[in-house]
Amino acid sequence: MTAELPLNDIAPGTWRPNRSRSQTIQLIVKIICGAFAAISILTTIGIIGTLIFEALSFFGDLPGELSKDGQDVSYIQGVIHFLTAGRWTPLFASKQFGIFVLISATLMITFISILVALPLGLLAAICLSEYASPKLRRILKPVLEILAGVPTVVYGYFALLTVTPFLQLFLPPVEGFNALSAGIVLGIMITPMIASLSEDAIYSVPQSLRDGSYALGSTKRETVWSVVLPAALSGIVSSLILAMSRAIGETMIVTLAAGANPTLGFNPFVPVMTMTAYIVQVTKGDAPHGTIAYETLYAVGMVLFLITLALNIFSFWFVRRFRQKYD
Amino acid sequence: MTAQGIKGKDVASGNFDQNLSGRYNLDKLFATAAWAATIVSVLILAWLLFTILIDGLGTINPNFFTAFPSRKPENAGIKPALFGTLWLMMVVAATSFPIGVGAAIYLEEFATDNWFTRMVEINIGNLAGVPSIIYGLLGLAVFKRIMEPITGGNSVLSGGLTLSLLILPVIIVATREALRAVPNSMRLAGFALGANKWQVVWSHVLPSAMPGVLTGVILALSRAIGETAPLIAIGAVAFIRSTPSSLQSPFTAMPIQIYNWVGRPQAEFHSIAASGIIVLMVMLLLMNAVAIYFRNRFQQTR
Repeated sequence: MTAELPLNDIAPGTWRPNRSRSQTIQLIVKIICGAFAAISILTTIGIIGTLIFEALSFFGDLPGELSKDGQDVSYIQGVIHFLTAGRWTPLFASKQFGIFVLISATLMITFISILVALPLGLLAAICLSEYASPKLRRILKPVLEILAGVPTVVYGYFALLTVTPFLQLFLPPVEGFNALSAGIVLGIMITPMIASLSEDAIYSVPQSLRDGSYALGSTKRETVWSVVLPAALSGIVSSLILAMSRAIGETMIVTLAAGANPTLGFNPFVPVMTMTAYIVQVTKGDAPHGTIAYETLYAVGMVLFLITLALNIFSFWFVRRFRQKYD
Repeated sequence: MTAQGIKGKDVASGNFDQNLSGRYNLDKLFATAAWAATIVSVLILAWLLFTILIDGLGTINPNFFTAFPSRKPENAGIKPALFGTLWLMMVVAATSFPIGVGAAIYLEEFATDNWFTRMVEINIGNLAGVPSIIYGLLGLAVFKRIMEPITGGNSVLSGGLTLSLLILPVIIVATREALRAVPNSMRLAGFALGANKWQVVWSHVLPSAMPGVLTGVILALSRAIGETAPLIAIGAVAFIRSTPSSLQSPFTAMPIQIYNWVGRPQAEFHSIAASGIIVLMVMLLLMNAVAIYFRNRFQQTR
């Protein structure tokens, strides 16, 4: 950080800094950094491009795969089959492509995880922000952040080898692979995320609002419940939606603990197959480019991408629309 | 936002019942529930760590670090996975650090408010929310298939580049925050001495933002090190009997190896999976400790 002026060996008035060279270097650096920034745009284009390209060739090949029984199938019927059929068997001899089978499993597991994570995470956030001493808060906040960084394969191990046997003690119908244990552990995984983000929102509600509520004679719970939480609502809802989108896209826990059995229905005790688990199952065994199995990857990926994108956009919109500004 | 339990009708007629004891009881109940939720969360974490330590500590021995995967659990080791992860991290750090920091410098220091900047910012926000397995599908199509002559297909380079794309948004956001925390007076002082923008950034802003940048990069790397799904999607396999020798070598990584062992039916493999998890978690904790050290030093000097 030292100035590099050659003070000693230059007579006053003869120092001529090479301004044009500095400007050229700055221009080059600016272009390189701009190109680096453009990589984020290229990534988005790459993701959307590959998904659309391969998904389109999937829908192009779909009628051919379905019409092997003899009758012709149009493209429209292919799309309708994709959205409404009740079976998902692209790797079998008689192929069926009902994406809703995979979506239903994803939805069920996400629902269970939110059922676990919302009360735990929100109450923990309230506790940290309103009830815990500043010292405890300083300890627990980094612990939450480390917990949020535990690799998901570790949670998968926990779900399959610890939580499932534990559940089987109380609920005999629970099978070795099941949606319930995957959902519970997924909930445990997203709890720190909800707790940490909600805590930020709750903590940033100005103290004057709480003081005003106490001055009116409210108790602490009444203040938290009817003043602080409504004021922090936008942050809490956006943390919930981000956690949901994380749960939908989460792969390792459901692959390890929920099994690989595409069944339609909402029974949490039996093995199911989510969208992400299907992608893992196909990519694990080599699926050559150009086969229908390879193309289904991108059709499923497309649906997954659209769902998470919709949730993320909704979360941004909700924050912008409902954020309370305090000076 | 009305206080609950107060009804206008009762107040007017003079029969306002404060019911303080009932309200305080509700308070106690609520506080208990909040504390219970926090304690339960911490206990679950303790349970998770405890199970893994119990299952895995017994099978950690020198052989575990130097042996290759094997069909016999007592002979199996993590050497190729450990080396694969180290190679991957080198590729990820070498690509994502300059690109992420460069992009952040552009957005924070050079960019004016135009369509390109807005476009980049929207994209970074959205990319941070894309599931990691989708990045895996991108890597499968672009790095493994289209760029196969360069990357060598299912290789360290393909895996590293996929993970780089995954953590770029994290690095960019962290670097921008660190740059924003540098006081503006520092830039103005540089300009007053006749330096141009890049000279100010390079010699003043970047050095004083460096601890914050490094914290962000290390935390992003610690996210990449545990990612499993994108690597499976591009076709990393667990059963490899060699360590990578070049960027185009096939590879396996710690999380892949752990996933493979957890998925087997025999209990012996589960305990070496737990040993692998312990090694992975120790690496993660070390990286987090380094990041926290940088963050503390950063806060002390300002």
